[in-house]
Amino acid sequence: MDASAPASNTPRILDREPLVLNNRSYSWITNRICGIVENKQPALWWILFIPSVLLTGLMAFCFTYLISTGVGVWGQKQPVAWAWDITNFVFWIGIGHAGTLISAILFLTRQKWRTSVNRAAEAMTIFAVMCAGLFPAFHVGRVWMVWFLAPIPNANAIWQNFKSPLLWDVFAVSTYFSVSAVFWFLGLVPDLATLRDRCRPGLKKFLYGFFALGWRGGNRHWSHYETAYMLLAALSTPLVLSVHSVVSFDFATSVVPGWHTTIFPPYFVAGAIFGGFAMVLTLMIPVRRIYGLDDLITPKHVDNMAKIILLTGTIVGYAYCMELFVAYYSANPYEADAFTLRGLTGPSTWAYYFMFSFNVFAPQLFWYRPFRHNMWVVMFVCMCVNAGMWFERYVIIATTLERHMIPGSWGVYQATWVDKYTFLGTFGFFMMLFLLFLRFLPVIAIGEVKGVLPQSNPHQDDHAEHGIQEEDLMAYADRHVPKPAAA
Amino acid sequence: MSTTLKRVHGYLAEFDSVKDLYHAAEQVRDAGYQRWDVHSPFPIHGMDTAMGNPRSILPKFVFCGGITGTTIAFILQTITQTNFWSHIGLGFLQKIVETYPTVVQGKPTDIWTLPAFFPVMFELTILFSAFTTLFGLLALIGLPRWNHPLFASKNFPKFSDDGFFVCIEARDPKFSQEGTKTLLEKVGGKNIELVEDEL
Repeated sequence: MDASAPASNTPRILDREPLVLNNRSYSWITNRICGIVENKQPALWWILFIPSVLLTGLMAFCFTYLISTGVGVWGQKQPVAWAWDITNFVFWIGIGHAGTLISAILFLTRQKWRTSVNRAAEAMTIFAVMCAGLFPAFHVGRVWMVWFLAPIPNANAIWQNFKSPLLWDVFAVSTYFSVSAVFWFLGLVPDLATLRDRCRPGLKKFLYGFFALGWRGGNRHWSHYETAYMLLAALSTPLVLSVHSVVSFDFATSVVPGWHTTIFPPYFVAGAIFGGFAMVLTLMIPVRRIYGLDDLITPKHVDNMAKIILLTGTIVGYAYCMELFVAYYSANPYEADAFTLRGLTGPSTWAYYFMFSFNVFAPQLFWYRPFRHNMWVVMFVCMCVNAGMWFERYVIIATTLERHMIPGSWGVYQATWVDKYTFLGTFGFFMMLFLLFLRFLPVIAIGEVKGVLPQSNPHQDDHAEHGIQEEDLMAYADRHVPKPAAA
Repeated sequence: MSTTLKRVHGYLAEFDSVKDLYHAAEQVRDAGYQRWDVHSPFPIHGMDTAMGNPRSILPKFVFCGGITGTTIAFILQTITQTNFWSHIGLGFLQKIVETYPTVVQGKPTDIWTLPAFFPVMFELTILFSAFTTLFGLLALIGLPRWNHPLFASKNFPKFSDDGFFVCIEARDPKFSQEGTKTLLEKVGGKNIELVEDEL
């Protein structure tokens, strides 16, 4: 290349959009995020918290009523033996998936924008899995026998049936919960140290200090810590894909028309990520506004998540259409009937139309950039998706069972008040846990956000004139510069 | 409790920016120190090279943990659901766990039912790996611990906000009260203080 060519001929690399707006300093970030925990909560926090606690009480009442009366207080009976409870289970566990996607998959793919939302999304994962776990536990009928699900020797010498997808589910969900909790806790340790160092001596300082494990931010610690974080991300990535695949095996390995399809695992995983991102945005858009985090959770973050909703929503739409096509093309009369009943002639076609319009049509608004940047539109679409994903599970589970292979075993499902209030109660439980999280723990990963600021790069400005991305150079240097020999 | 006996823990020096800290670390490394560390609010990219740290050995632990999980899942499922162990002459193992065979679903009872065991094998691999990661990390970095001499420094808690520190410990063979202090001054350290450990 001609060295004397004018500089204007070299292609200019566009600047990246900053991840933190207004050039905020390290201490601004610390103060803003720790301030949420240290200052009095806004009135809105209480306005949301009190009803959430009341709804949690309602949930506890419903479960108590169910235990004391019997599982028949729920609406399911033959032929619809799985109904709202399993629908709610799949709904909640799906919501969790977005948290793991943000914390693990976006970490492995070096999407630095994840740092502003990963903490809250991981918290959401854990709380959603807690809500999810309640339903199958009570669905077993005698909830005090639920420990029989665990593979421990018992007096009957009967072991679990490890060939059953229902037991795979026990392992998948409990592993998912444990690993998510470990991942979340490990990410919290440096931030708990920040809170510890800001507290006056007392109970609070003791508790934050206890859970911060004596963290001192030494690079010899960070070095192992980052490896551990990377390993957990690498472990969580296949895990999260496996969890909803295993959930879908509950249906796909059966011989029920409408369930027995090979498309279920990818279809369920895409749907889970889709519904989960809608819930992340539902929570984070109000949080950024109420707590003044607009510089940390920027329109760019919302924009990126809206794009993921659009992508996964379209995958889900493809899966719906493919199901219809296979029902037609397989020439299997039972499969074809299952889908005719779902969409045209069955007793619950309304649910199918809700599902289709909320999940496939509503997200298409996100093709248009101004809609992705208008928080009201984003919230509207997210609400549609939240509802639509519940209807999807309801359609798959309850309406399929309403029509078995022979007309003699047909029935119509009707949810009871206990079904409805239990589900409503889990929303209260979820919100209560999330609000407590906002109150006591840093909602944004302080250390990680500081790490993506431009001034956190030790080689800032060194190569700016070449227009080369600094992190590319650093990644290269890490791999190729020989380590200096110890003296 | 306060006593008059104190032991020098080391020198603590503060730096203004990541860049200063990075270049200081390179010089401390080149001066041949071994027992020292930099403290920062977030992990600094490339700092391991600047300090001359080796790669973490944590992945090796985690590999062992994962293999343990797979093996446990395999043994658990085959011992309770198949006749595999009797076939290889280890039937006594099945006697120990006293199983009542669950012959359901028309699935094979020999080792060829193995694919049905893959999901649980996978999940336990992940579960054991994740816990090995957590506890392996804590073992490698020597945490949790109740206290540390550095917390006696009034300046040090800034490390979790916006402070960048280098601490050279007294147990380093090259440590000397004058020489180390001069080095830290030379590389641009500020607020240099001698951190002492109460005995």
